[in-house]
Amino acid sequence: MLRRAVVSLAPPIIFGVAVILLWQLFVTARHIKSFVLPAPSAIWTAFRTDHSRILTAAEHTGLNALVGLVVGTLLAVLVAAFAARLKIADAMVTPLIAALAAMPIVALAPLLNDMYSSTSTLPRRIVVAISAFVPVFMNVLRGLKRLSPVHAELMASYAASGTAVLRTIRIPGALPYFFTGLRIAASLSVIAAVVTEYFGGLQDGLGSRITSAVSATNYPGAWASVLGAVLLGLLFYVVAVVTERLAMSRRVDASQ
Amino acid sequence: MSTEAGAPTPAQPAVVLTEIGKTFSGRGRSVEALTDIDLTVAAGEFVSLIGPSGCGKSTLLRVIADLLPPTSGTVLVNGKTARQARLGREYGFAFQQAGLLDWRTVLANVELPLELHGMDRAERRRRALELLDMVGLADFAKQRPPQLSGGMQQRVAIARALAEQPALLLMDEPFGALDEMTRERMQDELVRIAAETSAAVVFVTHSIPEAAYLSDRVVVMSQRPGRIAQIVRVGLRQRADGTSRTGADIREAPEFFAAITQVREALRGRDGMPQTGSDDDQISIAKRAL
Repeated sequence: MLRRAVVSLAPPIIFGVAVILLWQLFVTARHIKSFVLPAPSAIWTAFRTDHSRILTAAEHTGLNALVGLVVGTLLAVLVAAFAARLKIADAMVTPLIAALAAMPIVALAPLLNDMYSSTSTLPRRIVVAISAFVPVFMNVLRGLKRLSPVHAELMASYAASGTAVLRTIRIPGALPYFFTGLRIAASLSVIAAVVTEYFGGLQDGLGSRITSAVSATNYPGAWASVLGAVLLGLLFYVVAVVTERLAMSRRVDASQ
Repeated sequence: MSTEAGAPTPAQPAVVLTEIGKTFSGRGRSVEALTDIDLTVAAGEFVSLIGPSGCGKSTLLRVIADLLPPTSGTVLVNGKTARQARLGREYGFAFQQAGLLDWRTVLANVELPLELHGMDRAERRRRALELLDMVGLADFAKQRPPQLSGGMQQRVAIARALAEQPALLLMDEPFGALDEMTRERMQDELVRIAAETSAAVVFVTHSIPEAAYLSDRVVVMSQRPGRIAQIVRVGLRQRADGTSRTGADIREAPEFFAAITQVREALRGRDGMPQTGSDDDQISIAKRAL
């Protein structure tokens, strides 16, 4: 287990460290100006001096992302279950949501900001929730709709009701699809939470720190907040993956 | 070689088919899959359906199971209509694919029909373990289906089909995907299980030796439209003195080869010409169109 972890983690870590070293070398050797590209060491220094404020900002952004992710995911599962059960709901809702998937949802942020007071976190959370909703909905619906012919006939031979089929086959069968959607939604939620902050409103998150640092020409500071956003995104992704592993650990992969 | 021998016979036949016809229609064309099928399966009797691809033997099995409605004719299962029999869970169905739920343990897979039927947990656990013991998989109760071989998965599916002690077992080429050795072992087990549960079996197969080995009667079907060409009485499992035999005892007996020849000739048709020219494609197109 540990050995496998080392084997799979070592190559990306080595590659990442090499890239950072090259970046550092390139910036110092060519005397690149910090507003073009600050050196990793400068970013790191800014990150360390500012870390408590970055952490606070990450908490605000993270909370927006979390609330939006949870609400969006719950709604997505509910609507997908509804669409899987009712043909007419599927016919009405699914094409619209597919269209929503093609739309850059953060484009809504300035409009929503105008609808609510400037101190409200609600517009951000709404944008995050919509962003998270789409991949979870699409994946869960696909999972719920999958019913192999043999299982369909089997359940018909048991005279099982539609609800019984949902409970015993469709929902367990859709679980891997749900987690695929959740993984995508977890990353998207942090992106949406940071980017919505670029459009004004409350100045308490990572996105606001990035825009204000850039306008104050504090480029290492902006990059330090970007680093904070990267770490926050990773945290969300890792939590989603760990949840998936825990939930699916009792299942056996057919390929094993 | 009488069909009525075997299990103590309740008066009720397991299956009575009267003038069954089935036409698939869709996209402006229709295909007659079955016509004029009359067949009675006695309680406890083992009947195989054999015929070229597209002769409608799987369709006929699904008509008996009320998974497909017949276009004409009537179906009685244990004296009830096919629909009543399905709602009353009077039969067990084993499909060509095992169709197990990969996320459930082997035990929970066998419990599935009992669970859907609302049997309480302890009771259905006990029953499922009993069934797994019968198919020789008690040690695998806690495993999941992907960890089992194809033959073992099929045995789990058979245990599941037997869960509600049906008087009728419908099997659609359940051993079709197995290798020859596993297949013969499964046939022996099926014969034993059918005898133990005294269930009637309607068994769809492509294999002439399989039909000859297992069956009391082999129903030979011809295609386009599917109809019963001939019924061959076999019944190799009962000896004259009433004891039964299995395995090599049958497979190496001259009667076995005689039965195979008889079924093969019946498949060729009366004029001795092999029945070729499958209209499979048409039927499957019509099925898909529905």
